[in-house]
Amino acid sequence: MRPHPFEFHRAAGLAEALALKASHGDEAAFYAGGTELLVALKARVLQYTHLIDIKRIAELRGIRPGKEGGLVIGALSTHHGISNDPLVRRLLPAYAELSEQVGNIRVRIAGTVGGVLCFAEPHADAPTLLCALDARLRLAGADGERTLPSRDFHLGEFTTARRDDELLVSIEVPPQPEGSRAAYRCFGKAERPAVGVAAVWREEGPSRLSLWAGAIVGAPTRLVQTEKAAGELPTGLNAEQVWQRLQPVVAAEAARLDASDDLHGGADYKKHLVAVLAKRAIEACLS
Amino acid sequence: MSSQAPKPASTRVDFVLNGHAVTVEIEPRELLIDVLRERLRLKGTKRSCDVQVCGACTVLVDGLPVSSCTTLCVDAHEHTLTTIEGLAGEGRLDPVQRAFIAHGALQCGFCTPGMILAVRSLLSQHAAPSDETIRHYLRGNICRCTGYVKIMEAIQDLVRDPSRYQTEQK
Repeated sequence: MRPHPFEFHRAAGLAEALALKASHGDEAAFYAGGTELLVALKARVLQYTHLIDIKRIAELRGIRPGKEGGLVIGALSTHHGISNDPLVRRLLPAYAELSEQVGNIRVRIAGTVGGVLCFAEPHADAPTLLCALDARLRLAGADGERTLPSRDFHLGEFTTARRDDELLVSIEVPPQPEGSRAAYRCFGKAERPAVGVAAVWREEGPSRLSLWAGAIVGAPTRLVQTEKAAGELPTGLNAEQVWQRLQPVVAAEAARLDASDDLHGGADYKKHLVAVLAKRAIEACLS
Repeated sequence: MSSQAPKPASTRVDFVLNGHAVTVEIEPRELLIDVLRERLRLKGTKRSCDVQVCGACTVLVDGLPVSSCTTLCVDAHEHTLTTIEGLAGEGRLDPVQRAFIAHGALQCGFCTPGMILAVRSLLSQHAAPSDETIRHYLRGNICRCTGYVKIMEAIQDLVRDPSRYQTEQK
């Protein structure tokens, strides 16, 4: 089915896109890869009379080194672009691998990381890993720019801290400490993850594990109890010993998540997946 | 949001389609698949799932596969498109098409145009793809006759011995 009629505006720059949004307000939506928005417009779940095409805005493009070994990823970067980017592959191989597994090749070529973050469909991959990596998001609005942690950005299903008149400009991943490893593991029988778990393991210290579960509730969720238990582990354990100690904590924490049945599986099944995927992600970090 | 929007003026879209410059005047909401099939009468591009999952509507834009069911035609502006009709030329089939025929890699044929274009794109990005790479790349092209084994054999043979498919098989 075709979407309802709309006017199409091709914004040449950030300022023009924001000005178009200011003049059309609620009737306008920003539009990039379209892999989420067009599906919703075709199904007539959403309707806008103006689409502001942001694909040609240079300020939203590119992947470049950030401060002190970090990474700045333009919001228009596609999953395909991220998975093949030499800088991402070197600094964040886990994110390159995740991007290579998104949807299918056509979705990876059209879909952007900005779209995934801003549309905030809970059954997505990138938000979970970006939370575990403590990425910051740069947003531009009529009254200037601001950055906020990705951990504060995702508020629930299809809901983020982005104001309707703001555009996501870039994702800033901080430098990862020497010896830290990241991994993301997901499972789903359709093109989206039923559940995904991201782990970042640093060599030592009370905050050695960052562990986030995605797609299980409305927004990526931090597995705080498991992180705490990992921080209290003695040093020098191998992967098997680590998991022996963390397994009961993860299982208990997953069981307490406020999951609900959906198309991707029953709540109990998805809680079970959290523990299975946490094991795989942590083991991948320690292998 | 308003439900009584005035009908927007049509917009002009210029692109290169199968080697020829094309200009269409369309409404911005028109999907690429509808312009190809209904306006330009190129029926080789198939509509099936309509939600970019099945791959039947695959066309190449600048050599990369897109789901024409979930692509606005305005986004084709100033790009180069290839549909299944553009793959063969001058009475000659593309090597991918020849390999599919030689291996009987089609049953009802509905997924075949999208499948062949996806393989064309795969081979432009990976000169000698492994079986795993082939499977991963084609994960989003669904054959409901489930003829995947023959499709894999055709691609494997084409990768192994491309010279065999450079000229017409008699």
